[in-house]
Amino acid sequence: MHVPDGFLDAPVSVAAGAVAVAGIGVALRGARRELDDRTAPLAGLTAAFVFAAQMINFPVASGTSGHLLGGALAAILVGPYTGILCVSVVLLMQALLFADGGLTALGVNISVMALVTVLVGYGTFRLLLRVLPKTRASVAGSSFAAAVISVPASAVAFTLLYAVGGTADVPIAKVATAMVGVHVLIGVGEALITAVTVSSVLAVRPDLVHGAHDLIKPLELRTAEPQAGGPAEPSRA
Amino acid sequence: MGAGHAVGVTHRLYVPGASPVHRLPPQCKLVAVLAFVLLVVATPRERFWAFAVYALLLAGVAATARIPFRTVAKRVVIEVPFVAFAFLLPFVATGEETAVLGVGLSESGLWGAWNILAKGTLGVVASILLAATTEPRLLLLGIERLRMPQLITQIATFMLRYGDVVAAELGRMKVARASRGFEARDLRATRVLATSAGALFLRSYERGERVHLAMLSRGYDGRMPLTHDVGATAAQWTAAAALPLAAALVTLAAWMTP
Repeated sequence: MHVPDGFLDAPVSVAAGAVAVAGIGVALRGARRELDDRTAPLAGLTAAFVFAAQMINFPVASGTSGHLLGGALAAILVGPYTGILCVSVVLLMQALLFADGGLTALGVNISVMALVTVLVGYGTFRLLLRVLPKTRASVAGSSFAAAVISVPASAVAFTLLYAVGGTADVPIAKVATAMVGVHVLIGVGEALITAVTVSSVLAVRPDLVHGAHDLIKPLELRTAEPQAGGPAEPSRA
Repeated sequence: MGAGHAVGVTHRLYVPGASPVHRLPPQCKLVAVLAFVLLVVATPRERFWAFAVYALLLAGVAATARIPFRTVAKRVVIEVPFVAFAFLLPFVATGEETAVLGVGLSESGLWGAWNILAKGTLGVVASILLAATTEPRLLLLGIERLRMPQLITQIATFMLRYGDVVAAELGRMKVARASRGFEARDLRATRVLATSAGALFLRSYERGERVHLAMLSRGYDGRMPLTHDVGATAAQWTAAAALPLAAALVTLAAWMTP
């Protein structure tokens, strides 16, 4: 759900814009540290992936379908800084090319959908991994929790902005119930798909799951044990 | 909800042409659209006539750029989720109520709904006109000209260039799933869809690694070479300023009139 122009008043839009600029500034530095000169192609392709993954519709409940937002997923796969950059670039392109989300609301959209989802999602993920045993199941579980919390968190952030600068006086309690209620449902779908995606990447290329980098065991050199009775005879049928 | 994008859509947004609007440098158009939308958002919602004038201004731009009305109308559907929200507002907002067709509706809710519909639609149409008259590649050069950090525009360039490739890969996976009898019916479909997403991520990321190596072998040093520049003359800036200046007069008038 991209916020259009005129949904929030000018001061809040400008303030959110400032937050977004600051956040992206920090992310730019962090991403350069994570990826150095590989940043542009890798973050670019990941952004293309996030953009494409948002097209995957999954059935939520009888007849309705939702689609992936991808904040938590991107953060877990490529790290929080690159994740923020990817989701922000996707939002920027959606606003510029598809008119999806207003240009004056771009700051709001980036703050709510890139910064909040990535920070909350990645924070939850790392906290859980710290206490859980270091197994693939706990990575999947933490991804689930990260995504399921990140979506309503973004709805709460939006509600807070709406409380300060909303242009229609709907009681905040009503906005909050509706937004959080809907987004808990979306969050469950997001969480399922995030958890299985992370776990399937972890099975094939564990080195590409940034959030679980400390789970990778160093490669060990295995040599064939010298066997006692010489090489075993191949069995004949 | 980004419901509007289908596979391989990025190059269908631009409507080729050689109108004066097409020929303006991208950075001028970007600044003009941003200023216009800001002015629209800052207009008091009680001045119905102001919004009508804004709409006429945009219609003027569309006519100059020879963008067919249908093209714009088709893309406005991106707004639908928020239109739905706007229609709910009069029912949930509080405050004084008026009776419309015998149903008690909140007055402030009606104002809120009008506000979102009018300003949101004007913003969407302005963005659609910008994307229809500017090639995506030039749009990126434009934001780079406006001091957007180079890394952001580089990421955006890669996203645009490979967006269609990645989307096509996703499309092929969909065909492969369908030809094996898969149909997303309920939650059990998640496993299959998420495995596809995982495979898609791996393919995208590994493609990124190959692209990076290819770039290195062609002498990439962290900056993209500038193949052609899009400088703007004072005359072009003035031409682009026509829209926001006209809008500024309207905004001013809207604030002054009681």
